[in-house]
Amino acid sequence: MALEIVESCVNCWACEPLCPNQAIVEAKPHFKIIADRCTECIGDHDDAQCASICPIEGAILDEYGEPLNPPGSLTGIPMELALSLIEKARIAEARAAAAP
Amino acid sequence: MELPVIGQEAAQSSGGGCSASSCGSSNDQLSHLPDAIRAKVQDHPCYSEDAHHYFARMHVAVAPACNIQCHYCNRKYDCSNESRPGVVSELLTPDQAVMKTKAVAATIPQMTVLGIAGPGDPLANPERTFETFRRLSEEAPDIKLCVSTNGLALPESVEELSRHNIDHVTITINCLDPEIGAKIYPWVFWKNRRIFGVEGARILIEQQQKGLEMLTARGILVKVNSVMIPGVNDQHLKEVSKVVKAKGAFLHNVMPLIAEAEHGTFYGLMEQRGPTAEELEDLQDACSGDMNMMRHCRQCRADAVGMLGEDRGEEFSLEKIAEMNIDYDKAMEMRAAVHEGITAELNAKRAEKAAAVPAPEKAKRGLRPVKIAVATAGQGVINQHFGHAREFLVYEASEDGVRFLSHRKTDLYCSGDETCGDGESVLARTIKALSDCEMVLCSKIGFEPWGLLEAAGIMPNGEHAMEPIEEACAAVYEELAAAGKLEPKGDGAACAA
Repeated sequence: MALEIVESCVNCWACEPLCPNQAIVEAKPHFKIIADRCTECIGDHDDAQCASICPIEGAILDEYGEPLNPPGSLTGIPMELALSLIEKARIAEARAAAAP
Repeated sequence: MELPVIGQEAAQSSGGGCSASSCGSSNDQLSHLPDAIRAKVQDHPCYSEDAHHYFARMHVAVAPACNIQCHYCNRKYDCSNESRPGVVSELLTPDQAVMKTKAVAATIPQMTVLGIAGPGDPLANPERTFETFRRLSEEAPDIKLCVSTNGLALPESVEELSRHNIDHVTITINCLDPEIGAKIYPWVFWKNRRIFGVEGARILIEQQQKGLEMLTARGILVKVNSVMIPGVNDQHLKEVSKVVKAKGAFLHNVMPLIAEAEHGTFYGLMEQRGPTAEELEDLQDACSGDMNMMRHCRQCRADAVGMLGEDRGEEFSLEKIAEMNIDYDKAMEMRAAVHEGITAELNAKRAEKAAAVPAPEKAKRGLRPVKIAVATAGQGVINQHFGHAREFLVYEASEDGVRFLSHRKTDLYCSGDETCGDGESVLARTIKALSDCEMVLCSKIGFEPWGLLEAAGIMPNGEHAMEPIEEACAAVYEELAAAGKLEPKGDGAACAA
């Protein structure tokens, strides 16, 4: 039972001091959660602290790989628009990678 | 040196000529303040309109975390082409920030002010923020320290702020009404929970107001920033202005919303527009009846370096700083000499303005006011080539004198032309940004822009190069009057008297 930080993390440090288990560490290319230490805050807080302050939708996943903050849930940007932006960014990235 | 101020008050009460509500705009802006506060702010580039032509400031990006979400902010901060709050290229540790500050202060001796403004909320990163302040007050005691915050963690930070002798605090207050707040702030992080909507906004507003009251009660200067969001809080900001003034804020700074889809912000993506220059000026005018307004704010990045309106941050990357060989004690001595020289020059100018005998009250000729754009690189004179100007200062000349209205950026917060794909040329943007001006004063101007400006009804003029801005504006106004070009227009709005 542990949460996970994935590549959309922007390294803003907001989660790091909140973790009751010091399970979050600065790392490259982004912060990570040491799984052995993570308790999902059970017993300490009602809500997982990292996921409660994280400003980036989809950056923190639960033990099933589901985002705790799904697209649209934090910014209020409608889900369809948020998803199409993610898609656009992916296409742009793929193009940039394919370019000589 | 109180001369300029006393003189200014005298000039104001005489109510005549160029020195009334006009040339001495910077003094007007601050002249209502008690002496102690005025002494603190009159050499601060962000607060004093004439000082910002001379003194430099810098921000260090030590505060990445944030405890709220604003609809005008997106938490990516790595685009070097963007120039707006909340964006930085390089996050610093307190140690690096202290090194950078001292290197900049040694290289740019006009530097007086160090601010922490993000890229997140400085008070949501109390350890990093206060460590930086603590060390700088020991190692560079001549540098003024300031901090800006969204206010959520302000009440709990007031004690520590007062301990570090941080005498300028800026709070961004966009509303007093939680219903309006919910349209600006989707959530806040409060007492270990994320709180959405009206309830989150209510908590934020409560903390902001409480923090404002606590700071002013301790004699710490508070400036209030507000972002003008048309259709959301634009009308409401008049009320905000009244309330924050009543609670002791010494300046209210209404800034335009910056929202572009490519910034990835909620407002940008939802096509919420920012105010036009005219709408912004109208609101600033409406609020200024209640409170002194700050019109020369440049909405700097959280890692800006240099004079207001310029950013020399790239000269001071950590790599470049490591290669610098600096004698810090000597640098501080040099800074003291430079500051003294500037202060003497400023005081002389202020005294000159104040001492100028107000021209005898001229009979009103019923002439309309004119907006004039100015290209300047500082020192309060017209000293920039049109083609080199990245922003213009806009003044209004009227029968009552000359007053500063606003600055207009022409590179629109993003200089990444090719990469960002905006096809509009810089010149076309400049012409659009200055569309309500009838004249542009600059040191020189090329042939092609001259023709295009003239065709757009904006007369270029290079004849007043190196002259003080306000004198030049007054002179061209008289030239226009003599040429019979200032007969009142049909609509009543043109009549300012």
